[in-house]
Amino acid sequence: MKLIHFLGDTAVMSGRVIRHSTRSIDTIITVIAMPIMVMLLFVYIFGGAMNTGDVSYINYILPGILLFCIASGVAYSSLRINNDLTKGVFERFHSMPIAKASILGGHVVASLVFNVVSLLAIFLVAFGMGFRPQADVLGWVLAIVILLLSILAFTWIAVTFGLLAKSYEGAGVFSYILLLLLFVSSAFAPTDSMPAVIRVFAEYQPMTPLIESIRSLLLGGSADKTTLAAVLWCLAILGIFCASAMRVYKRRMK
Amino acid sequence: MKSNDWAIEVIGLKKSYKNVEVLRGVNFTVQKGSTFALLGSNGAGKTTMIKILATLLQPDSGSAKINGDDVTKQPEHIRKEISLTGQSVTADYILTGRENLRMMAKLRHLPDPDKQAEELLRRFDLLDAADRRISTYSGGMCRRLDLAMSLLGNPSVIFLDEPTTGLDPQARIAMWDMIKDLARSGVTVFLTTQYLEEADHLADQIAILHEGHIVATGSPAELKNRLPRGHIELRFDNESTLNQARELFKEFNATADSNNLTLSVITDGSTRQMLRLLTKAAEADIEIAEFAQKLPTLEDVFLAIVTSKKEGSK
Ligand SMILES: Nc1ncnc2c1ncn2[C@@H]1O[C@H](COP(=O)(O)OP(=O)(O)OP(=O)(O)O)[C@@H](O)[C@H]1O
Ligand SMILES: [Mg+2]
Repeated sequence: MKLIHFLGDTAVMSGRVIRHSTRSIDTIITVIAMPIMVMLLFVYIFGGAMNTGDVSYINYILPGILLFCIASGVAYSSLRINNDLTKGVFERFHSMPIAKASILGGHVVASLVFNVVSLLAIFLVAFGMGFRPQADVLGWVLAIVILLLSILAFTWIAVTFGLLAKSYEGAGVFSYILLLLLFVSSAFAPTDSMPAVIRVFAEYQPMTPLIESIRSLLLGGSADKTTLAAVLWCLAILGIFCASAMRVYKRRMK
Repeated sequence: MKSNDWAIEVIGLKKSYKNVEVLRGVNFTVQKGSTFALLGSNGAGKTTMIKILATLLQPDSGSAKINGDDVTKQPEHIRKEISLTGQSVTADYILTGRENLRMMAKLRHLPDPDKQAEELLRRFDLLDAADRRISTYSGGMCRRLDLAMSLLGNPSVIFLDEPTTGLDPQARIAMWDMIKDLARSGVTVFLTTQYLEEADHLADQIAILHEGHIVATGSPAELKNRLPRGHIELRFDNESTLNQARELFKEFNATADSNNLTLSVITDGSTRQMLRLLTKAAEADIEIAEFAQKLPTLEDVFLAIVTSKKEGSK
């Protein structure tokens, strides 16, 4: 009975948040149209100048674009959570006989659903632009698992910052850090063309294993150390930010 | 009266934030089915009180019971019995009125959310706007929807935190009518307000919260009776007479309003004092254009209590 209530409440809560995304032109442009534009821009304008060896540039860049989409998508979770917190929406829910976990849970599920749809849209456009994966079933499954874990990990970062932020404007700032990390990684160009200091940083920050594992899996590579590193990074981020989000939530709801 | 006849029973309630003591031992009871107004100025602790009663905030000490259940011990049970309409509108501005109601109905696990929504839309005169997003609603419509949302699931105790703050006079009166309707349906209404007029209009019982304590309780009539003295309003034809009169009636705590050319004079309400006042005016050859005896308003009660507390503490 408890579980059924929790699932039902979470479905209602996430339905609410998903409507926020689908009814906001702003969200759709930033989360779906922007990454597609960036992809077009990079592939057709800079693509010729990029040296990615024997991998075509669209094949090379797609994982970076997918993470770009996730990083900008989760910023909206953060904004909406902050808004719910400061406007007293969470308080109203707390005064009702509903499963507590469904309140943040709804935001997380909504983020997952919206990001999956956005990623599908990007995949479709990429196919049109000549993206040709060579992955077998296991490769696809692993790549999808890493993408889903990335969405969850980034979403919990967003939850934490949304709860911490003093103002609505401040709530989305963390996503610029995610985007910055993305640009200082092998997302858009191989790291060996970077200055030494940045290259070392690029090789050890989490975005690089995420991108390289997804790229390698989609292009037919098999699971290796990088795949493991990507999964471990996701789980670590998930663990840390889940725990801190819960703590901040308890504190702010006092 | 047995303790479980109370809808709300608050005993010795204390609550502080870091270094501010907001509630310093609050006591009051609310009878089932009545409308109770907690009156207090900005920052008096009204929202804090409501949050504790709605199980959102833990008190530091003392007890608060809703229908006999302790807010700290049986919060889950209480949440089924109450509803909270907060100080700011929490209806979802991206959703339509109907969607908001349907969502709340689902969260309360009610059968047939569509029908529930439809009924409330009709009752709160929102059918025309039902399928528009809340972002297009006026302030009064938002408040009405917020109130409608809190009625889903038939709560027996309804908390309204400053339900008319920010509304224009017309919307305020519409809101008052809705609240009165609610009260007639037998639920207990607990509302907070900064407006004495509102408490006077809606409440069976009023409690005034000031500096962490309830400084006065009673029905609107009882509170007014606590002030035997009323004031008298004198109107004059011109400003110089007004100023003359103000000088003359200094000892009566006269306050002048030069825009309306009126002077407000506090008396003990006795005819003797009034006669003295008029004689004095006649002797000084001051022409009084209009003379009116005003009954004490809640505003007077509030000011009198608050100033007497201040003087007492000095
Ligand atoms: N979370 C908090 N942390 C610290 N102080 C707080 C907190 N919430 C409220 N206060 C302080 O407690 C006091 C009472 O606040 P409360 O919101 O209960 O007043 P109120 O009567 O509802 O006022 P208003 O009419 O402005 O809504 C205020 O001085 C306020 O600044
Ligand atoms: Mg308040």
